[in-house]
Amino acid sequence: MSAPATTAPAPNAAARPWWRHPRVRVWGGFALAAAVLLGVAPVVLSDFRLNLLAKFLCLAMVAVGIGLAWGRGGMLVLGQGVFFGLGGYLMAMHMKLADAGPGGVPDFMLLYGDGVVPAWWEPLRDPVVTVLAILLVPAGVATLLGLAVFRRRVRGAYFAILSQALAAAFAILLVGQQKVTGGTNGLNGFRSFFGYDLADPVNKRMLYYVAAGVLLVMVAVVRLLMVSRFGELLVAVRDQENRVRFLGYDPANVKVVAYAVAACFAGVGGALFAPVVGIVSPADVGVIPSIGFLVGVAIGGRATLLGPVLGAIAVSWAQTGLSEQFPSFWTYFQGALFILVVAFLPNGFATLGGLWRRRRGAAVPGPGDAPADPPAGTSAHADDPGPDPAQDAATAARTAGRHA
Amino acid sequence: MTEQPTAPPDAGGLDPQALEAVIAAPGSRFRHDYLEVRGLRVVFDGFVAVDGVDLTVTQGDLRFLIGPNGAGKTTIVDAITGLAPATGSVQFGRVDLLGRPSHRIVRAGVGRTFQTASVFDELTVLQNLDIAAGAGRGPLTLLRRRHVVPPEVEAALETVGLAHVRDLPAGVLAHGQKQWLEIGMLLVQDARLLLLDEPVAGMSQAEREETGLLLQRIGEQRTVVVVEHDMEFLRAFAASVTVLHQGRVLSEGTVAQVQADPRVVEVYLGSGAHGRGRAARAGGPSTEVE
Repeated sequence: MSAPATTAPAPNAAARPWWRHPRVRVWGGFALAAAVLLGVAPVVLSDFRLNLLAKFLCLAMVAVGIGLAWGRGGMLVLGQGVFFGLGGYLMAMHMKLADAGPGGVPDFMLLYGDGVVPAWWEPLRDPVVTVLAILLVPAGVATLLGLAVFRRRVRGAYFAILSQALAAAFAILLVGQQKVTGGTNGLNGFRSFFGYDLADPVNKRMLYYVAAGVLLVMVAVVRLLMVSRFGELLVAVRDQENRVRFLGYDPANVKVVAYAVAACFAGVGGALFAPVVGIVSPADVGVIPSIGFLVGVAIGGRATLLGPVLGAIAVSWAQTGLSEQFPSFWTYFQGALFILVVAFLPNGFATLGGLWRRRRGAAVPGPGDAPADPPAGTSAHADDPGPDPAQDAATAARTAGRHA
Repeated sequence: MTEQPTAPPDAGGLDPQALEAVIAAPGSRFRHDYLEVRGLRVVFDGFVAVDGVDLTVTQGDLRFLIGPNGAGKTTIVDAITGLAPATGSVQFGRVDLLGRPSHRIVRAGVGRTFQTASVFDELTVLQNLDIAAGAGRGPLTLLRRRHVVPPEVEAALETVGLAHVRDLPAGVLAHGQKQWLEIGMLLVQDARLLLLDEPVAGMSQAEREETGLLLQRIGEQRTVVVVEHDMEFLRAFAASVTVLHQGRVLSEGTVAQVQADPRVVEVYLGSGAHGRGRAARAGGPSTEVE
């Protein structure tokens, strides 16, 4: 991904048609996704389905962040529900306060509490403060947590368990503080979103456009991060953390940045989830949804650019579709799919194309399989799920090197 | 002068045409660079791996650390680079190294390799070197794409003979090439003290020869310490040798002096020194301090 941009074009790069150029392919795919999301989907889908898609896009935002932190950074983030929940609750609190009017008290506080708005709720009456909080609070929490954890070199399964425990604790805390968080019911019954009536289908539609736009921006940001020097460094930290340390970097800082970005994306996803779905509750932030975020990413292909997004959307879509048909069947299907992917496609469906081509190439050796073919894609993982001969060659060559 | 420049030399400071450029930095800059280890002691759970080692390596020296399995060679390197907890004193270029976190020690100009070639398999050769060259980069540079290959990276690619595979993932390189890549990474990270742990393990005879010559050239400008089992390699290229035995310095001097030392003959260079060395290597890294 860096070679064509940085070096004199290799001889084969010139021979390759321009549409196979990684950069063209990635941004072409991006444009296609934008056209589908912003152009096609709103036309062909009913209001109900479009709202459903908006919900999936919110979940995909979490997936984009997980792709960066887990796929590229090697951090098994099993507790993204915390950041999703932080964003969701911040937005929900603002909407409840806005619905209650200036100086008003949200309905559930009158029901369960003493009818007094807690002081830490008050700043969220302001929409600007709310947006800033959504952007900064999850990222800030992740930064503090990351510094504490990564500096102590907690990693691997220990980090995964820790982050999951955090999600569990967060959900329990929300349930326990019913007077100020709505408890098990969560926060719901929003009537307006920054002054727009949520009962109006036009505004619902607008919410979908916002979600689609935000998701596209996130994908673009992750793409830019992936091809930056930081992205290379992040992969280096994932694969050989100690070696990076002995090159003079503090790997903890590198990981914290990726973790904070993932948390910020999860927070924004949560913040849009609340108005789209109309409720945010502890059931959306605990252990099970946190694992659910991960499943889509793993199935799609965690280290690729679009794998996490497509995986998350596909899994959510399948979940809804199958749940409509067989209400109690989905969990088993999800588990089976997860096991199948982990066992047979450890890098997710995004690598299926390359795998298939390699299989075929093994039977009939083609010119594209020669390792001498300069792998302009360079990195192990495709930038897009589509097949890329150069990248296949690199993968094949690497595998060959490993077995040698 | 003695303060470490954390950033690589400025762009334009190196001429990619000249292979020497990457290693031949201005001599005056490194004049005070010498490694001074005093009373180094490393204890693992009551086991004394290194016991009161003194070691002085000056710039322009190519020092070999040898010793039977478990002599504490790798442990000394670990202690210097902050990987193993140690007491005593370690100074390089008048900077105290003990007690600092590893990445700060590296920024003081200390670079090391590991017994097993540890390069970033999924990144290209060029990306590997670029990361090695970039410890001093600011956040803004990091967040951008690499538009120009830094000149020192270009020069290092030539120096270690990997320019033709620059865009291949490092994982597909042959073992010897990975070792060279590691040496190249040390060069671009501007390490002035190079600690190499078995740099020629698994290399062919011709590759050993080339590596030895390269290390000699680097050693003229920088301080180089090599942990090695290969006696033939040592005889051919060592400028000086420190023999360790059970965590202590047994003997020190030129190859000839050390070989003539009866104590060394007794514990190490005696019958079958070669065989021992090979056996130790086969034992793998984990047996090193046991």
